[in-house]
Amino acid sequence: MIFDKLDPVLLGRIQFAFTVSFHILFPAFTIGLASWLAVLEWRWLKTGKEVYADVYRMWVKVFAVTFGMGVVSGVVMSFQFGTNWSVFSDRAGNVLGPLLGYEVLTAFFLEASFLGVMLFGWNRVSPRMHFASTFIVAGGTLISAFWILSANSWMQTPAGFEAGADGLLYPTNWLEIIFNPSFPYRFVHMVVAAYLTTAFVVAGVGGFYLLRGRQVPQARIMLGMAMIMAIFVAPVQLLFGDLHGLNTLKHQPAKVAAMEGLWETQRGAPLKLFGLPDQAGETTLHAIEIPKLSSLILTHELNGEVRGLKEWPREERPPVAWVFWTFRLMVGIGMLMILTGVLGLFLHLRKRLFETRWFHAWCVAMTPAGFLAVLAGWFVTEVGRQPYIIYGVMTTAESVSPVPGTPVAISLVTFVLVYGLMFGAGFYYILKLIRKGPEVEEEAYGSHGVKKPPILAEWAEEEGN
Amino acid sequence: MFNFATFLDLPLIWYALIGVALFLYVLLDGFDLGVGILFPFAPSDQCRDRMMNSIAPFWDGNETWLVLGGGGLFAAFPLAYAILMPAFYIPVILMLLGLIFRGVAFEFRFKAVRSRRVWDYAFHFGSIVATFMQGMLLGAFVQGVKVDGRSFAGGPFDWLNAYSVMVGMALVFGYALLGATWLVMKTDGITQEWARRCAAYVLSYVGLFLAIVSISMPMMNPGVRALWFSLPNLYLLLPIPLCSVALLILIWRDLHKGKEYRPFFLSFGVFVTGYLGLGISLWPWLVPFQVTFRQAAAAGPSQSLLLVGTLVMLPVVLTYTGYCYYLFRGKTSHEAAY
Repeated sequence: MIFDKLDPVLLGRIQFAFTVSFHILFPAFTIGLASWLAVLEWRWLKTGKEVYADVYRMWVKVFAVTFGMGVVSGVVMSFQFGTNWSVFSDRAGNVLGPLLGYEVLTAFFLEASFLGVMLFGWNRVSPRMHFASTFIVAGGTLISAFWILSANSWMQTPAGFEAGADGLLYPTNWLEIIFNPSFPYRFVHMVVAAYLTTAFVVAGVGGFYLLRGRQVPQARIMLGMAMIMAIFVAPVQLLFGDLHGLNTLKHQPAKVAAMEGLWETQRGAPLKLFGLPDQAGETTLHAIEIPKLSSLILTHELNGEVRGLKEWPREERPPVAWVFWTFRLMVGIGMLMILTGVLGLFLHLRKRLFETRWFHAWCVAMTPAGFLAVLAGWFVTEVGRQPYIIYGVMTTAESVSPVPGTPVAISLVTFVLVYGLMFGAGFYYILKLIRKGPEVEEEAYGSHGVKKPPILAEWAEEEGN
Repeated sequence: MFNFATFLDLPLIWYALIGVALFLYVLLDGFDLGVGILFPFAPSDQCRDRMMNSIAPFWDGNETWLVLGGGGLFAAFPLAYAILMPAFYIPVILMLLGLIFRGVAFEFRFKAVRSRRVWDYAFHFGSIVATFMQGMLLGAFVQGVKVDGRSFAGGPFDWLNAYSVMVGMALVFGYALLGATWLVMKTDGITQEWARRCAAYVLSYVGLFLAIVSISMPMMNPGVRALWFSLPNLYLLLPIPLCSVALLILIWRDLHKGKEYRPFFLSFGVFVTGYLGLGISLWPWLVPFQVTFRQAAAAGPSQSLLLVGTLVMLPVVLTYTGYCYYLFRGKTSHEAAY
């Protein structure tokens, strides 16, 4: 058939890259949002200030929409290991299967069940139990991140296993598998990234309300709490990222060489700010360099040795330009986040944080920053480990299912269309929720805790359109 | 490295556990998919709001059993997962797409005003496609899969034939029965009245399809025939189909007597008997007639580690799942709750 001439491995990779990139946007947001909702509800219970509950009730709706999209795009992932990478599933199943099984057992059920209480349980459980549900959901998102990042990290830095005579991989030490060398770094780096992603969305929405002069008390809570994250957490993320990079240098030096665009092994390697990596020509053209900085960052010595890509045969090098550029994108956004924190601190000290309009506009512009940085970071680490699916053990090309190109190509196109539609609609409804803002004026109507009779609420909504 | 394989029959335990997880999925997501199947036929928008609200707190947890079934199969029987997923590539992807449409419809529908109708149909067709594909998967599964070495060796459309289409339709009616009896239990007034008529209507089709599948399974496969129609097996196994018949009759009577709770649980019973019959017929295959559950089993340490987690977590999961059903007990209102 028509698509059978296309490379099934490449098609499978594009499909997986697409579905997993799409999926990660939602956890990247919900991990942070769940924790923040727990903090908001705790503040509300502790201080009794309604403003926290207003903010909670608005964002929990955004959470529900985002979480729903995360669930359905996540279910797809759990089947794609088998549909698209069946040889990998067969060989690595003994090691990775239990990790994913634990994710379902310890996290997914927890999140799914208590999300129901969180959304629909307002009038059925006590405020303390409701808070407990929020807290449990937040914990569930972190447990889920723990297992899935453990599995991913094991594929980057495999440990605690042996290859059997039948070619299958067998576990020898579970602790070494779960806490494999890159896992602690990747876990912390990702969870902090998720928190920052949420903080910048919240800051953007708070800034938007302040610009419009509406919901000012609620907007102050949003912007203020988000700035705490930007001021204190964004710089710490730089440190965690650096530690993660050093860990990568130790275990996956070819990835770091690609990040740096460095071809020759050298002492006193310069840091390339920009340049055009040329994979075939084995060089990085038009590089703007800072002398010796790369060696200083990576080895903590001015004349430390950094290995270049030419140390590896051509077929074992990752696609350099992808890694090089996405790394710069991630770091660049991280720097802008730190700058935002510095500006926020400066304005706060001058008591101008809630009055400075250009800064609010800046925060609105930074709303998608976290998502871009998370995606860029994942591209660095996933493209950077190619050609391996399990680093040094199994290549991506070996892993692919015995499915011809045509069904893979058609399903890829379908996923793009369906996800485009779904994402478009979800994005639209989230924007609508944000434009509507927290409901603060109306008192509960009747005894059901419903703000307005549904028919009135509907009219009001239609007028708003 | 701990390994319980020395004193426990791990593959057998896991065969049973995966079977239970998949069955719980069928029961639990079955009724909320069933609600989706019946959705556009409801008498009014208010009925539809109420139908949606009756399952909104549960659908996410219900669908998690599918992830557990898939994830558990990967963990406990990676070889079966690696053969079956490529073999059923197209229906699995279509099922997932169906689940996407209906899943997002829960959230989007309540936010939408002018486009609410669009999400009503996304919910309906998503539910039907997901159910139909699950039935087709079952129909194709019982007919067996071509295997060479450790991989699937057939074509991309091997799963598509009249028999799998028939089982697909059968499951649509089966889930519709679960959905209708759920609504009889969770609603009142015109919604309940309508749901009761729906249940009575689909019940006859469920009986018909159950009979066709029960007769065709032994006819298509000599092994299954030998299993069911040899003595003394026939006497030992005969109670299963007899139970199905008795349950169908009881549901019929209950629906006409106006009982509210029992039809739902009796419908569960019908699924139990069907599933048992199927399980007995397919024993001990995990990829029918090619790979047994013993051949597909993961290494002892892998199955052991997951067993520890399951023994600790499964009771906890069941407890708080039960808590959620208890919390949202009683009749559902049509008002949006959050």
